[in-house]
Order: sequence, then structure tokens, then C-alpha cells
Amino acid sequence: MAVDVRLPTVLRSQAGGRSSVTVDGSTIKDVLDRLVAEFPGMTGQLLNEDGSLHRFVNVYVNDDDVRYLSDLDTPVKDGDEVSLLPAVAGG
Amino acid sequence: MLRLPRDLYLQMVAHCITGLPDEACGVLAGDAQSGTVERCYPTRNAAASARVYTVDSGDLLRADRDAERVGIQLIGVFHSHTHTDAYPSATDIDQAPDPAWHYVVVSLRDTHPMVRSYRIAGGRVDEESVIVLGQSAVAVAV
Repeated sequence: MAVDVRLPTVLRSQAGGRSSVTVDGSTIKDVLDRLVAEFPGMTGQLLNEDGSLHRFVNVYVNDDDVRYLSDLDTPVKDGDEVSLLPAVAGG
Repeated sequence: MLRLPRDLYLQMVAHCITGLPDEACGVLAGDAQSGTVERCYPTRNAAASARVYTVDSGDLLRADRDAERVGIQLIGVFHSHTHTDAYPSATDIDQAPDPAWHYVVVSLRDTHPMVRSYRIAGGRVDEESVIVLGQSAVAVAV
């Protein structure tokens, strides 16, 4: 399954300045694994050491935040758009 | 330097006041090079708290897409402090995602709102000036 991944500006420098990349995968976990395999500089910003999703990143499949779906197990299919955005929070 | 058209400045402050007693938040889009805000997107505070904020993830995605559609990008975030100074809290500094962003804090501690802006990189906080521009720009609700 080939999906387009939209990258936030803060991650584009890790991907040669590109705003989106196409990767294969059937779940969000696959997609993020491929992404960090290709661009190791993103690893610490996307995933925790135990492989779980970093709390400072939002991951969406089309219009939906994967935290409200099945998190890393959320399935993706051909043509889906995955968006990554920094989670914006503070006090 | 953060350059904010007057109507967007007022929209931002109004959203913060409307959000009381909770903290309110939103994101700003525009030209990263000059630090000029062209659109203000008030968002929901998913934390619904007087102490902390989380920009609602759905609102954030809609803002990002709208900005991209018109050829600009997210360049900052604003949020209110309901009872403290317009200075980033330890949580703000810890959770600042992008060193290129402008971090605007609207303090509602006193009768008159106080708006200040900062750059936050690697735990270091630098205040920057906020210029309110007279011209009008586009205000968008998400």
C-alpha cells in the first residue's frame, strides 16, 4: 500500500526539504517504521524508545487523528493521506 | 519579530477572553521569513483547563490544510495565561515543538490583556517584539 505522508515544516529538513513523501505500509506502524528507516533523523520526534507514538506528534489518516482510531495499528490503504503535525500544547 | 495585523490581533485576544475561565489557544499562519501573520485560527483547548492547553488535533489539521491551500504555513501558536504573566511556563518551554515558531502568550491576569511573543529553542527563551499592523487581513474560523 503506497500512502502519501505530509510532513510538518519542522521535519522537512530531515527529508531533504520535501513537504511530503510516499511510503509503503498497511498500518500506521509500518508507515512510521519505513519513514524512520529512510530518514533516521526523525526517529526521536516520532517514536519513543519502546516503539510507541511520541506524545508530541499528531498522526492523522485522512481527517482522523489515529489516537482516536487504533493508534499505531490503524490500517492504511492505497491513496490514503497520512499527515504528521507537531502536537501543540503547554501550560 | 512578530507582525500581526490589527484585526487578527483583536481576534486572538477576543478568543482568549471568550475562553475564560479556561486557557484558550489557537495557531497563526503566515510568512515565516518576515514573521507576518496572515491568518489566525482560534482552536478548541482539548485539555479544557485553566492551567494547561492542548490545541485540538482536528482543529490543528484543518488550520494546517487551510494555510497550505492558500500558500502559507503555520508559523506560531498563541494561548492565554488566565492568572499569570505573559511569559512561557516551564510546560510551554518543555513542549515547544518548533524552534522556528512564534510562541505568543496572552496574559489576562490584569484588566488589560498583555500580549508578548517568544522564540523557544532547546529550552532557551528569547522574547521578540510584536508589531501590530494597521491593515486588515483574513480571519478564519475552523
